[in-house]
Amino acid sequence: MAVLKTEQLTYVYSQGTPFEKTAIDHVNLEINEGEIIGIMGHTGSGKSTLIQHFNGLLKATSGKIYLDGKDIWADKSEIRSVRFKVGLVFQYPEYQIFEETVYKDIAFGCKNMGLDEAEIKRRVIETAYDIGLPEEILEKSPFELSGGQKRLVAIAGVMAMNPRVLILDEPSASLDPAGRDRIFDCIKAYHKKTKNTILIVSHSMEDIARFADRILVMNNAGVFCFDETEKVFSRAEEISKIGLDVPQITKVFLELKKYGLDFGKKVYTVEYAKELILKNLRERGIVC
Amino acid sequence: MANIIEIRNLHFRYDADSENPSPEILKGINLDIKKGEFVAVLGHNGSGKSTLAKHLNGILTATSGTVTVDGIDTSDETKLFELRQRAGMVFQNPDNQIVSSVVEEDVAFALENLGVPYEEMRQRVDEALKAVNMYEYRLHSPAQLSGGQKQRVAIAGIIAMRPKCIILDEPTAMLDPQGRKEVISAVRKMNREYEITIVLITHYMDEASKCDRVVVMDKGNIILDNIPEKVFSQVELLRKIGLDVPQVTELCYELKKAGLDISPEIISEEECVKALLKLLN
Repeated sequence: MAVLKTEQLTYVYSQGTPFEKTAIDHVNLEINEGEIIGIMGHTGSGKSTLIQHFNGLLKATSGKIYLDGKDIWADKSEIRSVRFKVGLVFQYPEYQIFEETVYKDIAFGCKNMGLDEAEIKRRVIETAYDIGLPEEILEKSPFELSGGQKRLVAIAGVMAMNPRVLILDEPSASLDPAGRDRIFDCIKAYHKKTKNTILIVSHSMEDIARFADRILVMNNAGVFCFDETEKVFSRAEEISKIGLDVPQITKVFLELKKYGLDFGKKVYTVEYAKELILKNLRERGIVC
Repeated sequence: MANIIEIRNLHFRYDADSENPSPEILKGINLDIKKGEFVAVLGHNGSGKSTLAKHLNGILTATSGTVTVDGIDTSDETKLFELRQRAGMVFQNPDNQIVSSVVEEDVAFALENLGVPYEEMRQRVDEALKAVNMYEYRLHSPAQLSGGQKQRVAIAGIIAMRPKCIILDEPTAMLDPQGRKEVISAVRKMNREYEITIVLITHYMDEASKCDRVVVMDKGNIILDNIPEKVFSQVELLRKIGLDVPQVTELCYELKKAGLDISPEIISEEECVKALLKLLN
């Protein structure tokens, strides 16, 4: 069953002004319970506008959006509860930290949900533990932490609310490789534990390929493709043409194909590429 | 070629004179950069690379040791103005370095401060905007530009000063792939056509792999300094200090480790395709 579903979802910015722009245009999507979805698209393709519809931050100009089969705007007064079920982590969430202590910052969302103190405490401590923040950090000011740690704290605040759907807008932007790996490891661990649905917006096809079940590629306010990761990679050339980065290794294997070396598979990780090449050489008896 | 940047035994800690100085961030850096070179500086967060960059135009000054840029000792406060005209700096966040509400006024900002006459200013601003392909946006508001366009405006503001050297501190970290390409190609053009020395601090290995030289920092020291091929073939070492290597380099390295006859010093897709064809045919 689809946890999120859009029907002819359309959003027009500054309607009726000279700056009028259709940011998303008749988008139909179904996202299943427990999936990890990667969302790609160049700047201006509509991806950020789209995700802001999922928790009702933006209201569609036309079209509908369903959470668990229910139109989220059917009863306006219910929209607050939608925001507890669909957690959105913005780009550079560390800039939104404001509390005096890490504990209070992580607890903020849970408090708004009206949970009791004991439950809030349990969730904060558990989430901090899960993402590897040492307990003694909880009483510190978040502003004493490093950039990467601050970002983890901001993400933890949304994770602690245990939303049915967790949406992260470029969670690894401007981190170094070690910081990026840490964030993605936390997200993966969170998914394994909670089985909640996760949507991740990223510019890096390489990063997304490592753990998304399906990839949504947006272009010109619409869906360019929405399919299993491997199938999306089989269209790597077209994707590269709409201004997105395709992993180096995928490009190399596309090039080899032109020389008649078709491995028949979509290659996007180094380990897999190595395996394919060694297998090929072994089968032909070139190496043992 | 003569050196434009000379760093000798540079040590740095914050609040060195106070009772609670910070731990040492730079631990004895020696580095020479030649005129016209295009150098990438890599390192994970906290390795000291941004701190090093800030020494190159006098934002920070050495606790001990010396930094000389185009003959100017960067600790000489009387020459700070002159230093910053010769060594311009571009930062990570495009929104933090734009001051005006019109693109061309932003590019003119430094020239106004320097008291450049109007006619010359007009000419230099136009030239700088053309150099980064932003001339047609000269009357736009920066707020309506994309991140990559804003960074190019920031670069134009520096070029207008006619610097000898530009230091860019992760200028593409907040940009999308398209914006990254635009900025890097503008920077490359500054280097090739205007012979401006470039120091590019980055996390992106693909950007570093296209420079003349790559300097790798870890814990306040320079641990590698060589052409990209030689640096990236140190796969184990780079991984150990939390850096990536380009996928093609990693693949060739892994194949070599598996006993195949392939060079581990491959950093571009074309070279990788060639090497694999040789191996497989």
